[in-house]
Amino acid sequence: MFYREAGDFKTSYREDMQTFPIRLDRRAYWTIVALAFLVAPFVVNDYWTNAVLLPFLVWATAALGLNLLTGYCGQVSLGTGGFMAVGAFAAYKLMTAFPGMNIVFVVLLAGVVTAGVGLLFGLPSLRIKGFYLAVATLAAQFFFVWLFNKVPWFYNYSASGQITAPERTIFGILVTGPSAAPAAKYLFTLTILFGLAWLARNLTRGKTGRSWMAIRDMDIAAEIIGVDPLKAKLSAFAVSSFFVGVAGALFFTVYLGSAEVTEAFGIDKSFLVLFMIIIGGLGSILGSFLGAALLVLLPVFLKNVMVDILHWETYIAAHLELMIVGGLIIFFLIYEPHGLAQLWRLAKEKLRLWPFPY
Amino acid sequence: MKLTRIAAAAAAALVMAGPALAELVFPSLSYRTGPYAANGIPFADGYADYFTLLNERDGGINGVKTRVVECETGYNTQKGVECYEATKGEGSLVYEPLSTGITYQLIPKASADGIPIHTGGYGRTSAKNGRVFKWVFNYPINYWDGASIAIKYILSQENGDLKGKKIALLYHNSAYGKEPIRTLQKLAEKYGYELMLLPVDHPGQEQKSQWLQIRRAKPDYVLMWGWGIMNPVAIQEAANIRYPMDHFIGIWWSGSENDVKPAGMKADGYKALSFHMPGDDFPLFKDIRKYVVDAGKASGTGEYVGTVLYNRGVYAAMLAAEAARKAMEIHGTKDITPAMMRDGMEALEMTNEKMAALGLPNFGPEFKVTCANHGGNGLGIVQQWDAKAGKWKVITDWIESDKSVIDPLIEEDSMAFAKENGITPRDCKE
Repeated sequence: MFYREAGDFKTSYREDMQTFPIRLDRRAYWTIVALAFLVAPFVVNDYWTNAVLLPFLVWATAALGLNLLTGYCGQVSLGTGGFMAVGAFAAYKLMTAFPGMNIVFVVLLAGVVTAGVGLLFGLPSLRIKGFYLAVATLAAQFFFVWLFNKVPWFYNYSASGQITAPERTIFGILVTGPSAAPAAKYLFTLTILFGLAWLARNLTRGKTGRSWMAIRDMDIAAEIIGVDPLKAKLSAFAVSSFFVGVAGALFFTVYLGSAEVTEAFGIDKSFLVLFMIIIGGLGSILGSFLGAALLVLLPVFLKNVMVDILHWETYIAAHLELMIVGGLIIFFLIYEPHGLAQLWRLAKEKLRLWPFPY
Repeated sequence: MKLTRIAAAAAAALVMAGPALAELVFPSLSYRTGPYAANGIPFADGYADYFTLLNERDGGINGVKTRVVECETGYNTQKGVECYEATKGEGSLVYEPLSTGITYQLIPKASADGIPIHTGGYGRTSAKNGRVFKWVFNYPINYWDGASIAIKYILSQENGDLKGKKIALLYHNSAYGKEPIRTLQKLAEKYGYELMLLPVDHPGQEQKSQWLQIRRAKPDYVLMWGWGIMNPVAIQEAANIRYPMDHFIGIWWSGSENDVKPAGMKADGYKALSFHMPGDDFPLFKDIRKYVVDAGKASGTGEYVGTVLYNRGVYAAMLAAEAARKAMEIHGTKDITPAMMRDGMEALEMTNEKMAALGLPNFGPEFKVTCANHGGNGLGIVQQWDAKAGKWKVITDWIESDKSVIDPLIEEDSMAFAKENGITPRDCKE
């Protein structure tokens, strides 16, 4: 009934290969994109932008990056927080060293720097796998937090070790700093995320993504059929770190505006992103978005319901929030290990046959 | 169905957020959960209970009821931002984040939105320079004052000579803990002691290696800039290596009952700075017991009344309430805005007579806020833990910090901030 494919004929390879082969999907997708770009900027206020939308967009970018590495290439990483810190500090150093540089290039270059660093930390993946690799990336997490706390050059010798993003504009409109309009910050982040998601989707459909998936499914078999593990693993690390670095740069410059490495990029951030992709769905672009949405929006939503509507004490709400989110993680791991993306896939299958399932 | 419920809840949340008229809103970014909850709870209780007392006993401030909006941050800066955005639309008059990290986060945001921040005894030290930080106040004291007072106290213990002495700083490895380093280094140049830096990472449960270093290097004094679980762990570790407790001095955030009680009798003699009196031997606390705790209107259980951090919450609330009163007086209206509140804070003057009238005689230092000086006079006391009596005892008079060292540092740091953010310092004509 809903997902009718009847009458949806593909007459060229191009049409057959498109990302959303079903017309309804395609329309829904374009509607969401249009709403996000054309309607949302006019209705968002400070609260919605700074407390809901910006964190969602930033974490979705990070989850997308980790999903490329863990979900598509099968390399577990616990260093996401550390790589985000690399992105943030690269952005800070670039912004302060080259005040004239456009913020778009700052963010992208921060991603490139992180990609380089990620490449370096991806090297052990050629020798070690699974848990052992997780431990190696965990080392990266602690190393970067230590480094950015220890070496004053990274925070320009400020007394407190805090970094603060100076104001930057695009076409004369402020996008960083406290005076930036919420809509400008939102649109800037959204545009970057949109571009990166588009890139990720197409990477995973092409040769690179297929070689990653081959490595993930069975590395020896992949090597036998001619996939170069060195290239595949390192490219996965580089691309993933680029995404995570961009997320870190946006997290610092646009969302928070100032950050302190131990507090903003601790190990809990690495786990948060990992939970996002596990709950959202490993190896799924949509899953990265769903996972980020659940883990960012659910706590805010629960807090608003319990504190503002039910008028419960704030600490009871905070404790319940932890329990509910934790419970949900366990629930999903047991009942739908493939995540929210798989739920959506199943729903689609059901809807295709509804109301006449055989 | 789930979606409609979410939409309904969201719609309801929007409706609820509408401003209510004729009340004074004091947001409290508290933390009653997480690794710092043990310290966050008494402060939040004190802050809320003082405003409840004003409502119950006096019918508010000059007849206008107060309302404390609590928002749980868990000492987490991201949640702090969420709380700030969620509460600023309610007519919030002044923010009291009780976290140096969140303060740094809010300084640019609140300055842009025109809402004052009060960070008494924490936050960004150079905010004392009111010419640069128009919206930020850190009276009556700041970290650099604390560092200077600690050294002055040690000087008085060592007959004015620190040459060749070794002083260790055990600090929370964050913006908060790093604040005093520069001052201590400057003072080391002046007095010729050797400074030893020992960072402890969040949350501070793991300090074995730091105390091993202390055991080996045997510093003459250990200063501590700790918070949360780090404090009791450090005091326990000091007891374990038998470090002389009276040579172990904490900043005012490392000097509450929660910090010393876990170590039991071994914590006896531990010293800490403070900028207000401990204990409940003040007329105001009788009122709090009568009108708030016994009436069942306390924010918490009421068990913390008279403890150091509860008193600090009361003190912060009292300063906020007095500033609001001053703002009403200046502007001749009872319906004050955050901008008027700022004017009230800038004109705030605390005298012994005023504190006595409020039921808190000699509770805090006397100070006067001016356009250029948002930080008070930097007067602190040293208190010592008496484990037998289970009480903090004040062992010094008010000690004034060494302004000749601190003022140039504040000027330098605030001007660097002004330059980075394109702020032209205000002209402060007295």
